Parts: sequence; C-alpha cells; structure tokens
Amino acid sequence: MNETLISVRNLKKYFNVRGGKTLKAVDDISFDIHKGETLGLVGESGCGKSTAGRTIVRLYEATGGDIIYKDMNINNLNKKQLKDYTRHAQMIFQDPYASLNPRMTVTDIVGEGIDIHNLYKGMERQKRIYEILELVGLSREHANRFPHEFSGGQRQRIGVARALAIEPDFIVADEPISALDVSIQAQVVNLLKDLQDELNLTYLFIAHDLSMVKHLSDRVAVMYLGSIMELTESKELYDNPLHPYTKALMSAVPIPDPDVSRAKQRIILKGDVPSPIDVPAGCKFQGRCPLVEDICRVEKPELRQVIPGHEVACHMVKKP
Amino acid sequence: MSENKNEKIDEVKNITESSDVLLDVKNLQVSFDTYGGEVKAVRGVSFTLDRGETLAVVGESGCGKSVTAQSIMQLIPMPPGKIKSGEVWLDGRDLLKYSDKEMEKVRGKEISMIFQDPMTSLNPTMKVGKQIMEALIKHQNMSKSQAKEKAVEMLKLVGLPNPERRVEQYAHEYSGGMRQRAMIAIALSCNPKLLIADEPTTALDVTIQAQIMELMADLQKKLDTAIILITHDLGVVADVAKKIAVMYAGVIIEYGTYRDIFYNPKHPYTWGLLLSVPRLDVNKDLRLIPIEGTPPDLISPPKGCPFASRCEHAMKICKEKMPEEIKVDSVESEDHFARCWLYNDLAPSVNNPVTERRARLNE
Repeated sequence: MNETLISVRNLKKYFNVRGGKTLKAVDDISFDIHKGETLGLVGESGCGKSTAGRTIVRLYEATGGDIIYKDMNINNLNKKQLKDYTRHAQMIFQDPYASLNPRMTVTDIVGEGIDIHNLYKGMERQKRIYEILELVGLSREHANRFPHEFSGGQRQRIGVARALAIEPDFIVADEPISALDVSIQAQVVNLLKDLQDELNLTYLFIAHDLSMVKHLSDRVAVMYLGSIMELTESKELYDNPLHPYTKALMSAVPIPDPDVSRAKQRIILKGDVPSPIDVPAGCKFQGRCPLVEDICRVEKPELRQVIPGHEVACHMVKKP
Repeated sequence: MSENKNEKIDEVKNITESSDVLLDVKNLQVSFDTYGGEVKAVRGVSFTLDRGETLAVVGESGCGKSVTAQSIMQLIPMPPGKIKSGEVWLDGRDLLKYSDKEMEKVRGKEISMIFQDPMTSLNPTMKVGKQIMEALIKHQNMSKSQAKEKAVEMLKLVGLPNPERRVEQYAHEYSGGMRQRAMIAIALSCNPKLLIADEPTTALDVTIQAQIMELMADLQKKLDTAIILITHDLGVVADVAKKIAVMYAGVIIEYGTYRDIFYNPKHPYTWGLLLSVPRLDVNKDLRLIPIEGTPPDLISPPKGCPFASRCEHAMKICKEKMPEEIKVDSVESEDHFARCWLYNDLAPSVNNPVTERRARLNE
C-alpha cells in the first residue's frame, strides 16, 4: 500500500493578475500519493485545491516545484512523454453539465481518448466503449445519445467512463459530486469506490464536503490559502485534529443527527478567507487564528511530522 | 377607502393574533406552462407554521420546495407559472386573494426572503445601505436620515465590522459571507413575522455557513421571527429545525418534528435521504445506501405514489393510487404524517432501516 505513485515536491502555481501582482494559488506544497489509495484534498473555495489538482494532471503549467510520477518528472516532459503521462493520469470534473461536449454522442465522448492514444480500432473500440459504459452503470443503449438526454448523475457517470476508457491508474476527481443531489451523490461515490477496488485505481479526491472526503479518503490534506495546513489519515484527522484551522473546520460541519449536532461545541471563526494576492508574511491563518502569537506573524510554519503519519504546519502545535 | 380596508384588516388581525398559528398553507397547487407541457411543480401542499418557529422544507432539486416558498410571497412569474388552487393564510388573511399592490405591503414588511446566491439578489448598481433603506422608507415611513441610521444599525446587528463605511459600499466590495449578512439585514430591517430562507448557505463555505446559521438563530431569538428554511442539507436541518417537511415530486411525503424525522422517520424516501449521506462523526465504514433511479417527470406525474418506482417496498396499490396523509406514531406525541401505503392497516410491516442503523452504530 505504501508504494509512492506520485510525489509532489514544493509545487507552486502563480497567476499574474491586474496591477502587476501575483496570485499565489498554490504556494509550495509537498505530499505523496500512495498506489491504490485515495488522498482527499479539502479546503474552502479559493484555497487552491482545484488548481493543485489541475497542475498535477498538467492542465496547468507549474510555476515551480516537481511532480514525480513513477520516475518521470512531469514538469519537464516533451510532447510525446506528456501524451504518455495523460494516458495514465485522468481527470473527472465538477460540473457534468459543462464538461461534456453537447454536440458529441456518448460514444464520441468516451471514444475520444481511445482514438487519441490509438488503443482500439473498429469493432474492438465499440466493444470497449460498451464495456466501459456497463462498468459505470450505464448500458449500451446509451451509447448513441447526447449528454442533454441524461440526468446529472448519469452525466457524471459518462464523465467517469471517459476518464476510465484509456485505463489510467491515477484519477484526479475535482468535486465530482458537488453538483449532484444527495441521493445521487451516494450512487456516484459508491461507483468510485467500487471502481477503485476493481481496477486498483489511485485517486486524488478534491472536495469541500468534509463528511464525504472522510468517507472516501484514506488520508486527507487540508489546504488554506494555497498551503497545506495538515495531512494525516482521515480517521486521525477527525479524532485528533491539531491545526486550529482544521479544528474550526471540523466543528463547523453540521451532522445529520440533531442530538449530536446540537450538542457540538462550535468554534466560529471570525472573518473570511483573505485574498490570495498580497498574502501576509508568516502563517497564512494568522488573521483568523484564535491562538495567534508573535512568531506566527513573522515566520511561516513548515509542514512537519508531529506524530508518526500526522503532519501539521503550525507553530503552536508542540510534539507530544 | 384604503384606510377603511386597513381597519378591516386590523380587525381580522386582532381576532387571530391570539392564536399561535402564523401561516396556514392549504392545498397549494402550482404549475408552469412550458414547451413540453404543463409542469405540475407543486401538487397539493398543506402545512402550518407557528409564530417564532422554524420549519425546514427538505428535498432534492425539482421537488417544488422553492416554488412553494415563492408562491407564499407571490413571486412566481405568471405566466408561465400559475397558482391553480390553494390558500395561503397569514394572520387570518388569504394572501392568494391579494392584488399585486396589496402584496407590496406584505413583502418586505411581514414576510421577507433571502436567497441562495447573494450576488444575484443584491442590486449591483446600488449602494448596499440604500438597498436596506428602501424597505424602511417604503414600509416604516422613515425619513432618509432615519433610514440611514437604521441601516447602519442593521449592518451592525448582522455583525459587519465598520458598518458606517459599509453602507456606502456596493455589493461587489463585499465578500460572499458579508453579502449574505447584508441580505439578512435587508430582510429583517422591517421586523417581518416570517422569514423565508431559500438555501441561504448553499453557496457559502462551511466556516461561513456556521457564522450565518448562528446569526440567523440569534436574530430569531431577538426578533421572534418565524423561519421557513428551504434546503437540501440534512446537517443544517438537524441543527436548527423544529418541524420538518420532506418534499418529493411536488408533495410533502412526510411531516413531523425534527426528532420524528431524524429518529423515527416513516417514509421510505426519508429513509433513503438519511441513509445516503455520510457522517463526519462516524468512524465505522458503513457503505452509503443510494436511492437508485431518478425522480419522476412532473409533466406527467405518476398517478400513484411518485416514489413508487424507486421504492423497494412498493406494492401494487402504490403504483395505482396516491396515498393520503396518514397520521403515524410520534416520539413527541405531536403531528407526524406520512404519505405512504405502508401505514395502511392491510400493508405488511416493514423494518425501519434508519432505527436499525442507529442501533448498529450504538453497539
């Protein structure tokens, strides 16, 4: 289980914005993704989790740092190598209404990757498409229909089928269920879980819904303003959150059980997430942190291991 | 003449003021004419709401929860929408009989609404302060300077720092959470008796959601406003609701206190909703149980129970006849209704999977 599939080292992705300023969407993050696991990436909107995911599949060019897949550094690949990488790393997008071309049939959508990578031809190709559709819970009758003929949950299944068609081993799922209704979310989550078991897939699961991330992930990384604040196993993260931001985040999540939820002690954070342009020196959470001290305003805390398998970036967390 | 009318209204008010019931919706039916035919969005919804109470209306997209709320305010665009039948009694007056002009006196004054997306519901060309002042000048006959003072006070009440400066700003200068606070300030400026909150926190992050829900609860206590909270998020509902109406395909399929709905639910759809969401506080790796299939098309809704095609307990009768509301047992001996044939005397008894799961979790 602990064989590393992807290793992200000091990854940075900056955008230039108006006024000659820089928006540091992803600001020096490092983590490993093990083969066959699901790594959850959570955080509030604007924290850089989607940018991180897109940079890892090379939809964005990284500003700095390394992404090592097996033995390749995917930040400096030539065209041919990049094509080879995209064969192994695929993405599922948030909005199943916007991410499927309305003019293409399901066969075209699912088959596009197969054609690009020249995997199957003719009858073989059609057979493969039917296979994939059945794998994700659709049927071959759906193959010649257009995206608008499907419900949201079914569309997301098409998105999953497209990603799986070229037999990748790594999938970045960027908020794959947040556009769906609750009862449909469970369908897609179960599908993702089953496919992982069946095909030995590795997931980077990006979402803001902490309950769902905990349910699906083996380990979870919590992001805030472009940095990883805490990274550990998902059970440990819930039982023993160390970073003050993680604590607040956990306490803010309502539980669908009135007695538990109403008895819960809430840490209500003051204020909003600040803009990722002109981030202050020191810890990024200093402006909202209940524990802030002088050192937090000067020195940026590094992500360090405090308990085996539990990393946190906070000056105030002491080793036990 | 208009004064006369107002007196009459006041008279009626005095009679009903003593009762606890603020809002009484009876058999509301709303349809929309579309290219494909008549969409029967709300198909006979009835409920009551007491003063100062919180009712949550839960359901998935397209179940008619927002249309119900908008019909109470008469915000349905007509055409294509039409209210086919029903009564909406607020303090002893049937709002559906009101003209547009009369409704203007109700909206913003007695009933206010906050919407999911604060950016599209605030006017981008108008200072936020002015948007709060509008209602005050119209409904409370305040002068401009009084209204402005009150606007600053309202922004302070909803917890915006620097309210004096903020009244002079535009919505785009606010963050998402601040915009929703401003919406709440506008909605509550005239002390309405009823606040309808349509997915008020869905567009917000959880830490901001916690702030807004806490704010709404605080203000409700202070101002004794009744709240109809429309949401799909069972977690939020668990936190704040007193009564819960679960909607599916345009009808309320179950209604009860929050304890009844969470701890003693009766309708298989309610079971499905509760079993399909993961819980942050549960470490046991229970597989989620999705509701297979999709909701029916409301252009030609099934003549029987709308959930029958997705229900594992469906019987022959379910597909043929819409079940009536049946009173079922309540943990708090209050009104608890379900629209389900399983509670007919002739139906077989079925194990309740929600209470079963609870028992397993408590082991």
